[in-house]
Amino acid sequence: MVIDAKVVRAAVAEVPDPEVPVLTIDDLGVLRDLRVEDSEVVVVITPTYSGCPAMDTIRADIGVVLDQLGVERHRVETVLSPAWTTDWMSESGMAKLAEYGIAPPTGRRSVGGPVMLSLTVRCPLCGSPDTSELSRFGSTSCKSLWRCNACREPFDHFKAI
Amino acid sequence: MTPDLLAYALRLGDDALIAAQRTAEWIAAAPQLEEDVALGNIGLDQLGQARSLLTYAGELEGAGRTEDDLAYFRDERDFTNLQICELPNGDFGHAMARLLYFATYQHLLYDELRTSSDEILAGVAGKAVKEVAYHVDHATQWVLRLGDGTDESHGRMQAGLDALWPYTAEMFASDELVRRLDVAVDPASLEEEWHRRVTEVIDASTCTRPASTYQHSGGREGRHTEHLGHLLAELQHVARSHPGASW
Repeated sequence: MVIDAKVVRAAVAEVPDPEVPVLTIDDLGVLRDLRVEDSEVVVVITPTYSGCPAMDTIRADIGVVLDQLGVERHRVETVLSPAWTTDWMSESGMAKLAEYGIAPPTGRRSVGGPVMLSLTVRCPLCGSPDTSELSRFGSTSCKSLWRCNACREPFDHFKAI
Repeated sequence: MTPDLLAYALRLGDDALIAAQRTAEWIAAAPQLEEDVALGNIGLDQLGQARSLLTYAGELEGAGRTEDDLAYFRDERDFTNLQICELPNGDFGHAMARLLYFATYQHLLYDELRTSSDEILAGVAGKAVKEVAYHVDHATQWVLRLGDGTDESHGRMQAGLDALWPYTAEMFASDELVRRLDVAVDPASLEEEWHRRVTEVIDASTCTRPASTYQHSGGREGRHTEHLGHLLAELQHVARSHPGASW
């Protein structure tokens, strides 16, 4: 079969992140590249964190999509460099996160420096800027746990890295 | 070159693996639920770093050993991790003292290693340095809070800082291997900045920086405290009892 890389990429880009299913791997910036080498489709992904346990599922899900498209030969490569950053998250990804109830990453961070504190994280539920951090580590590696002082609801914040 | 690089990747991978195992022991045993989650995440970061480094070591060795083979089927004397990683957890003050010492060291190390001419090491370090920044931050917050807290918390934080101090010089011990291997970071170059950063936190916490004392060594040559054997028994026994099992 003739492989149209654009069509294949569009399909692979729709694979959802297993831990934050409202985002696709393309929204997250986990999908780095897709190329065709001698009729083999090579998908390149990068983990958000070194120990991200979702990578195996993402690899398997990509395989399923490619099988369904009828792609006979494919493989998934994982690269660590350049290191993933929340700066790669798409604008639509940010909007989807907020709608889902997770405060999107704020600010940009430089590599290697101390952990930057963001000025304010708005509550994704009521929009109040009056919030406080409960723990810098949350339900997954990429999130921290916050509380809104206005509506009193706890919420996750996708932390800048 | 390759045997040196293999040994170096194993050193860093073993540090991360053994630290991850100890950190994970806190899950469901930490003083509060948020802390179970935080230490679980920190351990997961360390485990991720270990997996990348041990996978690389296996490739360099060229004998077909995987990350799992290296983690589960080597004996105590084959591990070249720092002794500070293998010591039992002790109380929470001990745990935060170790995290402050070790994460500050790892942060300085990975920050240098990011620019190594070895692409894999540089890639692992570039990723890890961002994760470890959060570990340092977490340890710092706790050392400040406990040190500058009640008499009880201050005393226990100080006891933790004192107990782990004799295992800190080993982190900066230089040897022939790191001097020979140009893609490696000579840890001796990190010592001064490490002391500056750690002292700053300890001072701010109202604790006292431990006095110079006898310093243990030997981890890089495979000589360990009695505790590593016990740790490995727990880490390895399922894989050794059921070799080849998968789930």
